[in-house]
Amino acid sequence: MVSIRSIPSTPSSLTYHDLPWIVEHREDRCTLCGRCTSVCPTEAIYLAYRRQRMPKLDILQKKRGNEYRTFTGIRQRTDVDHRCIGCGMCSMVCPNEAIGPQANSNDDRVRFHNYQKGDAWKRGGRRNDRSSLLDQISFNRISMLTDPALDAGRHEFHMNTLLGRVLPPEEYIRRQAAGEWIPPVREIFPFIIGSMSFGALSPNMWLGLLQGVAYCNEVLGIPVVMCTGEGGCPPWVLKSKFLKYIILQIASGYFGWDEIIRAIPEMQCDPAAIEIKYGQGAKPGDGGLLMWFKVSKLIARLRGVPEGVDLPSPPVHQTLYSIEESVMKMIQTMSMAWNFKVPVYPKISGSTSAKSVLNNLVRNPYASALLIDGIDGGTGAAYNISMDATGHPIASNVRACYLDLVAQGKQNEIPIFAAGGIGKNGNTVQNAMALIMLGASGVHMGKFIMQAAAGCLGSEKNRCNVCSLGICPKGITSQNPKLYRRLDPDQVAQRVVDVFMGISTEMKKVMAPLGRSQSLPIGMSDALGISDKDVADLLQIKYIC
Amino acid sequence: MCRLAMKTASEPFSPYSVISAMEAMQEGYDGSGLGLLLRGVQFADYKYQAGNPILSGIAHTDAALSRLNAFMSAQGYTLKYDHEFDVNASLIEAKDRYKYFLRVYNIPESFKDFSQDQIDQQLMLTRLALRADGEAHGNDLTAFSFWPDVAMIKEVGWPLDIGNALGLNDNRITSRICMAQGRQNTNYGINLYACHPFFIQGIATMTNGENTAFVPIKEYLSGMHYPGYIGYQSDSEVFAHILHYVVKQLKLPLEVYKHVITPLKTNELLSHPQGTFLKGLRDACRRLIIDGPNCVMGTLPDETTIMVMDTKKMRPATIGGKPGEWALASEICGVDAMVPDRDKSLDFQPMRENTVIVTPDRQEYTIWSQFDQFPLHQAA
Repeated sequence: MVSIRSIPSTPSSLTYHDLPWIVEHREDRCTLCGRCTSVCPTEAIYLAYRRQRMPKLDILQKKRGNEYRTFTGIRQRTDVDHRCIGCGMCSMVCPNEAIGPQANSNDDRVRFHNYQKGDAWKRGGRRNDRSSLLDQISFNRISMLTDPALDAGRHEFHMNTLLGRVLPPEEYIRRQAAGEWIPPVREIFPFIIGSMSFGALSPNMWLGLLQGVAYCNEVLGIPVVMCTGEGGCPPWVLKSKFLKYIILQIASGYFGWDEIIRAIPEMQCDPAAIEIKYGQGAKPGDGGLLMWFKVSKLIARLRGVPEGVDLPSPPVHQTLYSIEESVMKMIQTMSMAWNFKVPVYPKISGSTSAKSVLNNLVRNPYASALLIDGIDGGTGAAYNISMDATGHPIASNVRACYLDLVAQGKQNEIPIFAAGGIGKNGNTVQNAMALIMLGASGVHMGKFIMQAAAGCLGSEKNRCNVCSLGICPKGITSQNPKLYRRLDPDQVAQRVVDVFMGISTEMKKVMAPLGRSQSLPIGMSDALGISDKDVADLLQIKYIC
Repeated sequence: MCRLAMKTASEPFSPYSVISAMEAMQEGYDGSGLGLLLRGVQFADYKYQAGNPILSGIAHTDAALSRLNAFMSAQGYTLKYDHEFDVNASLIEAKDRYKYFLRVYNIPESFKDFSQDQIDQQLMLTRLALRADGEAHGNDLTAFSFWPDVAMIKEVGWPLDIGNALGLNDNRITSRICMAQGRQNTNYGINLYACHPFFIQGIATMTNGENTAFVPIKEYLSGMHYPGYIGYQSDSEVFAHILHYVVKQLKLPLEVYKHVITPLKTNELLSHPQGTFLKGLRDACRRLIIDGPNCVMGTLPDETTIMVMDTKKMRPATIGGKPGEWALASEICGVDAMVPDRDKSLDFQPMRENTVIVTPDRQEYTIWSQFDQFPLHQAA
């Protein structure tokens, strides 16, 4: 037994077997080009000179001795800051397939060392839970008897939804006759690119999304809209005709709103809508957070703040004495700013109190919709505990709210939009159509779009998830030009278009066998089934097995 | 598969002729039931006085009939005529039919100061109360309609057998309109209330095909908490209630029904003379958009007849006939059976945008297109 002090061990000492991802390197294939070490976002690997002793025994001479070989190899750092995040960029750049991360099948020990420098662990991504209730819901009411299923390839489908306050028919007719104000309503595609800010996303990513959205609208006729998130909107976009595809978000930090208000007189068209963020599924109770790494000169100018400082938005709006007062004040103020011609709606975290907010909105004549963001929503930066343990799953939350509206006969007046985990495992259309049939008028998706349109590497196995640090290896969530130049906006736009065309086809493949084509099957809960009795009872859908 | 047959004529005719048309269409029919609605009713044994409500239904037990009598008396209705069917019970599948009733009542004295709307409401509430009473007593009382000039018969079984069982070929009952639908129910349980035509406050519709948007529409209508918007044992009942909602509640022209159940597309509305109004109406009535395929045939209290298709137009139907006599059926052979001596070249099958309307004078049918303007001075 050697003495304790001779072993290099501290409380935070880890070996590479303690890490969640282990870099496997094949020296026989390595050409020592160094690309992997230069691309690694956490500098988890490094080239190092190593010496190997070669025992030498010359029997004829009866001599014993050693020789030493010197070689160059790749080694993995083991401190928490430089741990491998599993992004796999090393294998992406390796010319010889010599390197790549492997998930550690042992329990990693990094999880016990996430408290560092007096702070708790912050990261980007989603809740690290791969399960998805929405993936388990299937569509079972197939038109087989009196009516045949429709031909998804040839039939004409009406798949758009409405964003905006819809009056009861009697009131609509009365106001039309009296020449009174009719609330604005937008006809949009039910899959909305959710709020991701200019700041959370790199300029190239944001531009690529907008290009793709514009193409969907103007060439394909798919009326896709995207939301800015809290961080404003580039002035050239505000003054362009593309603004009509954009939902402007206002959140508790009011970042970017100086620019927006100043641009109003020069706007060529109205924005698609205004989203007032009260909460977010990934981090209920927290405001937005843009960490200092990402507050570049451009972002600082857009948001009207100094460079290189953390930008944590307050958890509540300054006007928030009560939700009723806040909703009323803000919705009416924003409505007035655009002359009551733009839908204004709040976004809240999934919560057991969502129904109360909804009922408050029902009684507010200017409220246009409610967006509920469930616990599986993604974010650019949040405390891990907020992401993993705080919030409400979206399915039951949306269903409870919808049934509440049904009981009041108000389900057509306030559309409910759902977010949080749509497409978590890639089953976007299945997830969204299930939510629509549970009562949602449409869905917002952020993380899925990053994954599908820009190749985001993050996963619920805690792969990558460093959006908060500005070191996104794909250049999606970084403000560092060296990184975001890796992302070609034209290619992102192309992917956005591919994604929405694919979604559109899959929607038809869901609607056709149900015999639905004339309107989005909102609330068509008789088509849904799940092989979990308790869930079926709670959601009031069929139990199947 | 459901089969629809309807005849409207200036001269009253026997419902048996329409049941015969059902027989002509039997190839696509499973013989599970018959629903009949007669409008412009005349009894051979009684001189019917227009305006007196007729109660149609089935008492399944003596006790139910006693309760019915007691309830109607308590409400102040006096019985004027009780039509006795010559029933041949051996032709009826069900064995719990104590009495098929078609009874003419006098409106209570207490209604004399009521407006027409109030009377209409009372008649509906009376029917609903009888229905609720039956449901509270093990479904021993079934009330189909309670309305002036309207008689309804519904039964499970083969249509011609039911017609024979009730002696409908004896010409003791005739009418100017007869709606008939075969097949008891498509997707839901066998229930007398699930049989077409569906009736509410003088408005009746019948449908073939399946309404795949049934649940959201049902939830929306139920959410209005209007007393008559109940039932929904059949997915087709909503068509009658939507027509009632458009005509009686929203007080919109009949043509707008088509705009509510199958609205035009956005780009079509942009070039429509009333596009702005219709686009808003489509949004406001979005939950009432049907998702057929369906053919809907309906009649109104003034004996107007309409027929519309869903947008997919996978359930065609035909109108044919001559001035004073028109037949509408889901199959051409049904039209042939009802009005054989017509000019067939003038037959018409409505397209996705059409509403066929036969006005009460029955001199012609009009084909109205959704792309046409309609009179709506105040709103549009």
